Amino acid sequence: MISKAEILILMPEIFILTLACLILIVDTFSQDPLRRVTYYLSQLTLVLTAVLVIGFSPEQTVYAFGNSFISDGMSVVLKTGVFVISFFAFLYSHEYLKEHGWLKGEYFVLGLFAILGMMILISAYSLLTVYLGLELLSLSLYAMIAMHRESTTASEAAMKFFVLGAIASGMLLYGMSMIYGVTGSLELGTIATNIESNGDNPLLVFGLVFIMVGIAFKLGAVPFHMWIPDVYQGSPTCVTLFIASAPKLAAFAMAMRLLVDGLQPLLNDWQGMLIILSILSMATGNIIAISQTNIKRMLAYSTIAHVGFLLLGLLSGTPSGYAGSMFYIITYALMSMGAFGMIILLGRKGFEADELAHFKGLSERSPWFAFIMLILMFSMAGVPPFLGFWGKWFVLKEVVDAGFVWLAATAVFFSIIGAYYYIRVIKFMYFDKADSMTAIKASKQMRFALSVNGLALLILGLMPGALLAICVSVLSIAA
Amino acid sequence: MIEQTVFYIFSALLLLSAGLMITVRNPVFAALFLILSFFSTSAIWLLLEAEFLAITLVVVYVGAVMILFMFVVMMLDINLSALREGFARYLPIGGMVAISMALSMVLVINAGEFGLASDTVQRHGADYSNTKELGVALYTHYLYPFEIAGAILLVAIIAAITLTMRGPRSSKAQKPGEQVLVKSTDRLRIIKMKSEGADSEPEKDPLAESKLAQSEDITVKKESL
Repeated sequence: MISKAEILILMPEIFILTLACLILIVDTFSQDPLRRVTYYLSQLTLVLTAVLVIGFSPEQTVYAFGNSFISDGMSVVLKTGVFVISFFAFLYSHEYLKEHGWLKGEYFVLGLFAILGMMILISAYSLLTVYLGLELLSLSLYAMIAMHRESTTASEAAMKFFVLGAIASGMLLYGMSMIYGVTGSLELGTIATNIESNGDNPLLVFGLVFIMVGIAFKLGAVPFHMWIPDVYQGSPTCVTLFIASAPKLAAFAMAMRLLVDGLQPLLNDWQGMLIILSILSMATGNIIAISQTNIKRMLAYSTIAHVGFLLLGLLSGTPSGYAGSMFYIITYALMSMGAFGMIILLGRKGFEADELAHFKGLSERSPWFAFIMLILMFSMAGVPPFLGFWGKWFVLKEVVDAGFVWLAATAVFFSIIGAYYYIRVIKFMYFDKADSMTAIKASKQMRFALSVNGLALLILGLMPGALLAICVSVLSIAA
Repeated sequence: MIEQTVFYIFSALLLLSAGLMITVRNPVFAALFLILSFFSTSAIWLLLEAEFLAITLVVVYVGAVMILFMFVVMMLDINLSALREGFARYLPIGGMVAISMALSMVLVINAGEFGLASDTVQRHGADYSNTKELGVALYTHYLYPFEIAGAILLVAIIAAITLTMRGPRSSKAQKPGEQVLVKSTDRLRIIKMKSEGADSEPEKDPLAESKLAQSEDITVKKESL
């Protein structure tokens, strides 16, 4: 039977679901073309849910609802990260939608449902909840992309994302059915103990392969990356920003739950698969990004390269390796959000600043935002003392500790190649003449948020210890 | 023995109809074969004593989803030649992947691995209610996934409405209530104008003259009202 304590553990999820429904009703009666009430209520919901998540964070790991829900240190940290990032993403989105003139209240409602999906995915402890959380997240994202009906590229992106996402979900489910067939349980903890006691079975690896396809698709690792460039480029920039930031944390949590919590006994099998995915992702992402002229597409390939790096930490198979990966994905989400925010800042009605050429001479038009973009690009390239450098550093250290020195060397090699296209953006901003000297038109909130976002990378980069300590402590308890 | 025979008959039917569904050229036939495969699946579920699921499959999928699907197929003019374009081009690589997948699956999967060979279906008496058991499981043990599924359906509704609704349409129907309440001031706007041409030079512009005439006309109308 369901106890009161179980309901309390689930409080943040119940709260956000209730408020999302409430906001949907409030929005129906709203006459305001700027949807201020909807927007402010959504932001308030995010803040309050974050308070609830931190307030209800348990002392030790707790399970609820027949072990299909887990609340542990990792879930609290990742959920808080999702809220912070979504808060910024909503702010940027509101500015973007206002400027481009297709503001709809449902955008924020669907965004909240996507966040609910991320929370469920992060806290999932059974195959069923992993799948359902993933579907809730993906469905909301498909709709958010397709919402801009006048744009054919957005419809195309939504369609591609939808069809490929459905195939990936099918693969994931097939793998899950194999694992369930062998272990007889949906619950991840029981699956791990069953595998340990019953020993090896070829069917387990067979199931693992399909689960790995699902994870690789959701993260965007090569060779399951085909959707990323098209979807990132085709979607409206505010949706790209949202897709490229918060859901990556959820996808990381999904990989952690399935591979580490559920299939830890198969470490030797999935380690090999991750090595292949990782090297291919780093190579493809970094090399193809060089030839891009569209910055959204370039950042899409850079995402693929970053995912390769993220997998390095996972494949080391140690709690500190997982902590390195977690640190990496949080820093990645911050950087990617800032970079797409910059594209929104430079755009205006009827104009998207999504070509690399649009960044030419930015230092003359706005020295401050050119500096913020410089921080973002250096951080992505992994130049010290910015945050991105530490992400790469911790992950590489763990890979070397795990005994894969050659892999670390390969990773460094590809990130040097990658540095080229990040620094090229900086060259455009500081050493090229601007095509037009149009003043940057953006609200105070937008300017402030973007500055905070950029400076956070610098300040956290100077003091990376605190964030890393959090990642290490929550994962050493879990393991 | 009879049970096994029934199982094999329906399994064969299922495989056959599923295969025909994707190979047949006419989309209406394809939909009908899909319906047949749903029927065979529900028959296999009946053998497993999962009556509720079997009936739900027929009622929901055959009764509702597939009928809608048939409507769509019949209404849309699907160009088959466009769909089949590139079939021959992708056949070699697609076929190779499919064959290697099928081979590896056959090699890996057999009932023994799942421990199914020794298991038989647990039999229950006539008073055992499948529906009740499902309901109890759904609302206790699987309450959390059940609620998430509800949220997913809600998102589907919101998304469908957002993507298709184009705002309220203005109709051109008559509104008798408003017609009755109309006043003369709603129809006629009276503008006071200084008459031109009295002290200034006489205008030769015919347009201005007609304007003058109009304004006089209006004042006349006002008096008559």
